[in-house]
Amino acid sequence: MFEVPDDLRYVESHEWTSTDDVARIGITDFAQDELGDVVFVELPDEGDELAKGEEFGVVESIKAVSDLYAPISGTVVGVNEALFDQPELVNDDPYAEGWMLEVEPADEAEFDELLTAEEYREQTE
Amino acid sequence: MAHRKPPLRKVHADRGAKFTGFGGWEMPVEFDSIRAEHAAVRDSAGIFDVSHMSEIEVSGPDATDLMQRLTTNDVTALDPGDSQYACITDESGVILDDTVVYALPDELDGSDASDSAYLFIPNAGHDEQMYERWTTHRDEWGLDATVKDQTEQWAMFAVQGPDAAGLVADAMDADVIDLSRFEATYADVAGAGCLVARTGYTGEDGFEVLCPWDTAESVWAAFDCQPCGLGARDTLRIEMGFLLSGEDFDPETEPRNPYEAGVPFTVKLDTEFVGHDALERAKGEGVDEQFVGLKLDERGIARHGYELRDENGAKIGHVTSGTMSPTLGEAIALGYVDTDYAEPGTRVRVVVRGDEKRARIVNTPFLEDK
Repeated sequence: MFEVPDDLRYVESHEWTSTDDVARIGITDFAQDELGDVVFVELPDEGDELAKGEEFGVVESIKAVSDLYAPISGTVVGVNEALFDQPELVNDDPYAEGWMLEVEPADEAEFDELLTAEEYREQTE
Repeated sequence: MAHRKPPLRKVHADRGAKFTGFGGWEMPVEFDSIRAEHAAVRDSAGIFDVSHMSEIEVSGPDATDLMQRLTTNDVTALDPGDSQYACITDESGVILDDTVVYALPDELDGSDASDSAYLFIPNAGHDEQMYERWTTHRDEWGLDATVKDQTEQWAMFAVQGPDAAGLVADAMDADVIDLSRFEATYADVAGAGCLVARTGYTGEDGFEVLCPWDTAESVWAAFDCQPCGLGARDTLRIEMGFLLSGEDFDPETEPRNPYEAGVPFTVKLDTEFVGHDALERAKGEGVDEQFVGLKLDERGIARHGYELRDENGAKIGHVTSGTMSPTLGEAIALGYVDTDYAEPGTRVRVVVRGDEKRARIVNTPFLEDK
């Protein structure tokens, strides 16, 4: 029912990451649907360090506030500033225009510890 | 304890609604999106299932006396078919609940011609408590009145928005276009005998329709407009600055009298009611804190419980409700501040996850500030 791209990896808290040299991070289609209309996103700055499993920001919908958790450790090298003016991109296109951060991974071995698309689909069924 | 379910729980689920627990009931919070539902009510029309609201019927020779002594407004001002907004306060003037009181229209109320009959609408989950309050005081005061908890006999829908009047008029046999605000009548909708009132909780023109529980499905289907959940109901009422029980006042967690809560017009001190003396004192002495509207001037959303500070960092109050206004596209909030800071235009700070965000006190309804 919800889109779960095969080429991404996932965490139970509903963030996704690509496995590129510069990994993109966002929240899943399931998460945006659960949240409803996203109206505000708070993200770290370029140069900030992420630690796997720790909070890195906040996404707020009209009805709820949710913390964002880092799927991997690394250095923030890009922030999707379009979300500051158009947070609804998270709802409209969570895996593309609604991306949140670009991160240089600290340890690529961390990707192997994440859920595959199939495992994440099972979790959200 | 399991949540109580409205009669249309399955109809809503089949339509794809998401549900939330509210006042002990499992109610639809969202059908499509809060933003779309909110816009439908502001621009055209939407229908809400508000069957979680309580209904208590009071009739008999002393019904007027009992209602007068347990609500802050003046029920003797009501002709049959009129309704009024009122508070129910304790001895210290603290709001236990807010409610609309209907003096039931004559023709179908089934009561003796010499009696009066009322229906009032306590908030969700308050029916048992209010039934208890009414019957206990009736017995204590030796009044002759019949009190019935009709919460699970009446379903209740709200059809709201600029197109609501035409929509509602088409669905029923009675002339509802000419009803004044807060006026009610009986009408037939899809074969069901309903109480229809020109009331609502959105700031738009609209109607609230009470129908027998077992006719809910056909009555709901008679109104062809956007189904809306409690999420949109909340953003709409915040834009109007309307109080929400349990958030903006609560006898346990947010004890407030009607003067603090910004609803002094519900208090008629020339009537006798529980809490009268305390409220007379409060009016005379003034209140230390007041209910205000806020707008954030920095990015962020103020939520229930967030602290309010002055420009020097001193605590001056807190937020009780807040959201991103779908109509204005701005973060708005309601809350209590020290009276010294209640003047519109006053600069304040909202503490959002540890950070102070600039905000200012504004008049409500927020939409008039557009």
